[in-house]
Amino acid sequence: MIYREAGQFKTTYAQDSLIFPLRQDRLSMVALFAFAYVIVPAFATDYWFSAILIPFLILSLAALGLNILTGYTGQLSLGTAGFMAVGAFAAFNFMLRVPGMPILLAFVLAGLSAAAVGILFGLPSLRIKGFYLAVATLAAQFFIEWTLTKFSWFSNDNSSGVISAQKMQILGYDFDTPVSKYLLTLTIVVVLTVLAINLIRSETGRAFMAVRDMGVAAEVVGIPMLKTKLLSFAISSFYCGIAGALWAFAYLGSVEPQAFDLNRSFQMLFMIIIGGMGSILGSFLGAFFMLLLPILLNVFGHALFPGIRSDLLSNLEVCLFGALIIFFLIVEPQGLAKLWRTGKEKLRLWPFPY
Amino acid sequence: MKERRLKRAVLGIVIVLLMLATPVLAAEQYIAMLSFRVGPYAAGGTGFYGGYIDYLDMLNKRDGGINGVKLTWEECETEYKNDRGVECYERLKNNGPTGASVIIPLSTGITYSLIDRVNVDKLPLVTMGYGRSDAADGRVFPYVFPVVTSYWSQNTAKIKYIGSLEGGMDKLKGKKIVNLYHGSAYGKETMGLLDLQAAKYGFTVTHIEVPHPGNEQQSQWMQIRQMKPDWVILRGWGVMNSVALKTAQKVGFPANRMIGGWWSGAEEDVIPAGDAAKNFVTAAFHPSGVDFPVIQDILKHVYAKGGTGNMTDPKRIGQQYFNRGVIQGILVAEAIRTGQEKYGKRSLTGEEMRWGFENLDIDDKRLKELGAHDLLQPLKLSCMDHEGGGAVKFQRWNGDKWEIVSDWIPSDQEIVRPEVEKSAAKYAAEKGITLRNCTQEAKAKK
Repeated sequence: MIYREAGQFKTTYAQDSLIFPLRQDRLSMVALFAFAYVIVPAFATDYWFSAILIPFLILSLAALGLNILTGYTGQLSLGTAGFMAVGAFAAFNFMLRVPGMPILLAFVLAGLSAAAVGILFGLPSLRIKGFYLAVATLAAQFFIEWTLTKFSWFSNDNSSGVISAQKMQILGYDFDTPVSKYLLTLTIVVVLTVLAINLIRSETGRAFMAVRDMGVAAEVVGIPMLKTKLLSFAISSFYCGIAGALWAFAYLGSVEPQAFDLNRSFQMLFMIIIGGMGSILGSFLGAFFMLLLPILLNVFGHALFPGIRSDLLSNLEVCLFGALIIFFLIVEPQGLAKLWRTGKEKLRLWPFPY
Repeated sequence: MKERRLKRAVLGIVIVLLMLATPVLAAEQYIAMLSFRVGPYAAGGTGFYGGYIDYLDMLNKRDGGINGVKLTWEECETEYKNDRGVECYERLKNNGPTGASVIIPLSTGITYSLIDRVNVDKLPLVTMGYGRSDAADGRVFPYVFPVVTSYWSQNTAKIKYIGSLEGGMDKLKGKKIVNLYHGSAYGKETMGLLDLQAAKYGFTVTHIEVPHPGNEQQSQWMQIRQMKPDWVILRGWGVMNSVALKTAQKVGFPANRMIGGWWSGAEEDVIPAGDAAKNFVTAAFHPSGVDFPVIQDILKHVYAKGGTGNMTDPKRIGQQYFNRGVIQGILVAEAIRTGQEKYGKRSLTGEEMRWGFENLDIDDKRLKELGAHDLLQPLKLSCMDHEGGGAVKFQRWNGDKWEIVSDWIPSDQEIVRPEVEKSAAKYAAEKGITLRNCTQEAKAKK
């Protein structure tokens, strides 16, 4: 009853192909945007911006990138963090070596650099799949990390291989406060998310899913394997590259290649497994779960047990977090996004769901 | 009757409120602790933060804080991860009456992520024996303090020590040294400096990388065996150290020809390697042991009489990480004391703490008063020099405990300082930072 499309008629093709065909969806989207753009900046503190919201948005973007590749195209990848590193280091070098480079252009170029590297390491996907492909992308992860550490040119010959992100300036405006960084990150993430949603609904997106569901059948109906798989690698790496650039520029300020190590790749993979494979929303839910839940546990731990030994508390948090992962995967193996979908179905049939 | 009860209740509430209010009124110095107690480096974290907290706790119990200002602290678990470190920093930075006052992450990675932020928030970032070596230039890094000694200083002392074993620096000519380093920002930090020294003293240096985490080093050590170097510098961290020692034994490279850094020189690094670690020598900026009055005071005021300190395993008291934490505590407390002399005996802000660090002057006499003579070297910081001492001792693992085998060996600032200034100037140019004028500031102070 609450979530029902009765009485909403589509009379034109344009209406039929809206991103959100339901009025309730559109309204909640408007509410969400109002919340993110108006209410949050009005009420959140610096801590929320620079420690919670910005990393959450950036990791969501990276998870979204991985989801395009793994969730939608079915190509298991362990190179996410490597592609993020390419983005971060590329953006740094474009800003450093090209005088007067606008930051947004540097981000786009960073994304394109990551996409190029992604295509390169996507080539094996034409021959191998599944776990074997994961191992091949693992090579990407190690190779990129090694290259960035080995050749000091990438870090402008810094003795320890660390890059310090330059100032972010657009049309003379400095993005140096937490709020402005948040709004910039939010805008980039929103734009890329909308593009991703449309991509998935387009012919390309359908081709991705066809490849995922059954490669042979997709080939038989005329979907070019080479093009589709490499395109998926490129787009996915583009997203990860931009996320990596934002990680360096909007979040940390200075990064070393080890900030993008294998653990980060695993973290991304866990995000989309827990959030939901093949779901845009799942990328965000997964990032929320993997990034923010440990912090919430930590904060609540300190609040609930003020006098507790901190080593005990730290270990308890890790245990509890692990238990929650197992719990959610047992309750809903398809991820948090599936829970959300089920919830929506039930609301649709409310008050008598089955 | 009813009225009386009401009166009594009001009175009671007032008393409770007063009691609640009093501790807030009493001056306190709040310290943020970005600690890590889980994860692969938990051994380092629990020992270091254990010693640090136990020292502050001891000051509270023995002296009632510093000049009547009680020390309080709050821990936040970073898991040795950069992003969690940033989150913890942001969470704690404004707590307490005057903010976090000093940031000590015990992680080179977290240090790098916080350098920009501490400049904006005006909080001193103290990185004792890790972090950016070029931050010793206080003109470019006003809020970063790589105190006691940096990687670069350590490295020159190490070459001096090798020279002394060879019988003079001129004997280094033609010697072969391998730099076996951890494949991270930490491991790479000394490569350029070693090349400089190789050119200066005429030895050859070969850099061999061990990829993180370093639990497989067969090929590296085969290469070393072929090269037959005179010395191997082990620039390891965590599991890499014990694996290196064991693999060296397997390929027949003697442990007494290996020199480690201080992140290779804790009990946790050598005990797992068993007898392969015997006679292994590492640099150290402080000894192990409990025979220092300050450690005895901690045992007496914190642990004795059934009290419980921060260490779950009291056997680790006096080991490398614990003593390093105690030294960290001493430096923080002395900076607070120095700051209080200028700003008055109250809670200090981060900016005032920075002044305290920059004007820190711990001489031999003060070290004796602190009960830390021989535990810590004399230290004097300034606007130009955020490092201070720079001297290094060497210690040998005798299979049971660390034995000090050298006196304080001063670092070679003739090599280090120009590199620090060069690297800091490059950072300043990348970031568009204008240098502080130290001579002018010194004049203004007078």
